Amino acid sequence: MADKGPHQNYLGMRGWIWAGNYKLERYLYLLHRITGLGLLLFGLFHLTATTIFRVQGQAVWASTIDFLDNPLFRVGEFLVVAAFSYHALNGLRLIIQELGFALGKPVPPIYPFTDAIRRKRAWTLVTLAAIMILAVAFFIDFSIGGWG
Amino acid sequence: MSSDAVKKITFRVQRFDPEKDRKPHFQEFIVPVKRGTTVLEGLLYIKENLDSSLAFRTSCRMGVCGSCGMLINEYPHLACHTQLEEFHADRLTLKPLPNMPIIKDLVPRLETLFEHHKSVKPYIIRGDNAEMEKPTAGYIQKPHELDEFLQFTYCIKCGLCIAACPTSASDLAFLGPQALGQAYRYCADSRDEGQDQRYQIVEKDHAVWNCHFAAACSEACPKGVDPALAIQLLRKGVAAKALRVKKTTAPALLATSLPQAKPKIDVPEFTVKQK
Repeated sequence: MADKGPHQNYLGMRGWIWAGNYKLERYLYLLHRITGLGLLLFGLFHLTATTIFRVQGQAVWASTIDFLDNPLFRVGEFLVVAAFSYHALNGLRLIIQELGFALGKPVPPIYPFTDAIRRKRAWTLVTLAAIMILAVAFFIDFSIGGWG
Repeated sequence: MSSDAVKKITFRVQRFDPEKDRKPHFQEFIVPVKRGTTVLEGLLYIKENLDSSLAFRTSCRMGVCGSCGMLINEYPHLACHTQLEEFHADRLTLKPLPNMPIIKDLVPRLETLFEHHKSVKPYIIRGDNAEMEKPTAGYIQKPHELDEFLQFTYCIKCGLCIAACPTSASDLAFLGPQALGQAYRYCADSRDEGQDQRYQIVEKDHAVWNCHFAAACSEACPKGVDPALAIQLLRKGVAAKALRVKKTTAPALLATSLPQAKPKIDVPEFTVKQK
């Protein structure tokens, strides 16, 4: 015999991961979570490598560096940079828009309906691109010695 | 498809009977459809001709009552508002809306939605209790003041936004996009004086700050209400109040207290040219 009660139908964490037939912003949310968790894991790994192994002496540190010096970890480093760039820029977008800025005003719902975030998508992408260009220019100019 | 051509579509419907089943299962039905047939009409065909035990909610059949919300091909839709043609498929999967318990088959339990809705005080609150109890006149509202919240008044409480929301999926106590959107709708109303009361409700845990702005609620809304925008504007108001930078405006006046009512313009006797 069954429970004779309603069946709980909450998606739980599957509701975060499963983005189904939704559009861009739902995937941006998913990617923001994934990159956030990835950066957290990297932070833990980085701290472990640079503290526990470092304090055990020069030999242990050198062997750790040798172990990490392979193509797999190099790809991993690129992924960390990409994840950081995305998480930071999307985070800026979220801070601005989650406080009600750059979303425009309510409009009468006339079919076909649009919503604020998608009406402003082009501007969001332009802003993110501008921030990214400025960040790259800043990085090249001040961190690695300029364009020459 | 011409208007008379009949095509057969397989409806894969999630079934659950709390009297018999421990967990939901799927059952397939073949439904003949014509151009313009809606998912709801397909379900009514099943109920009338194939299996009368199939349970689903329906009432107005025109996207007004919000009863027939369900997950159609893994996306929340109103069944009456969705034509089968738009899927370009011979097979359709129907499930009840997620993030709320299932009573039977495609019928979700909407109790939490209504409780959350009630909890944000979705009505005009005024300081003058006597006027609220026994109104003597309407309140004056200018068109631009109406525009501030008009979009959010179209909510039909179908629950599609909650089914789409990733926060509602994992946080059962989260007020959800419907209730938060309606909280903003009343806070933005120039006739209302209950902003502080609602801010106290929405600035707690499981409320306005738990929205992660995936904006899936606005995408799924069948009435173009845009609850995601309402939530972000509500946040702006809550933050501005906390930072003491919120502009305060006087509540709308009673229509009887107009300092000088303009005389009405005379209506012409005839609006159609007389022969």
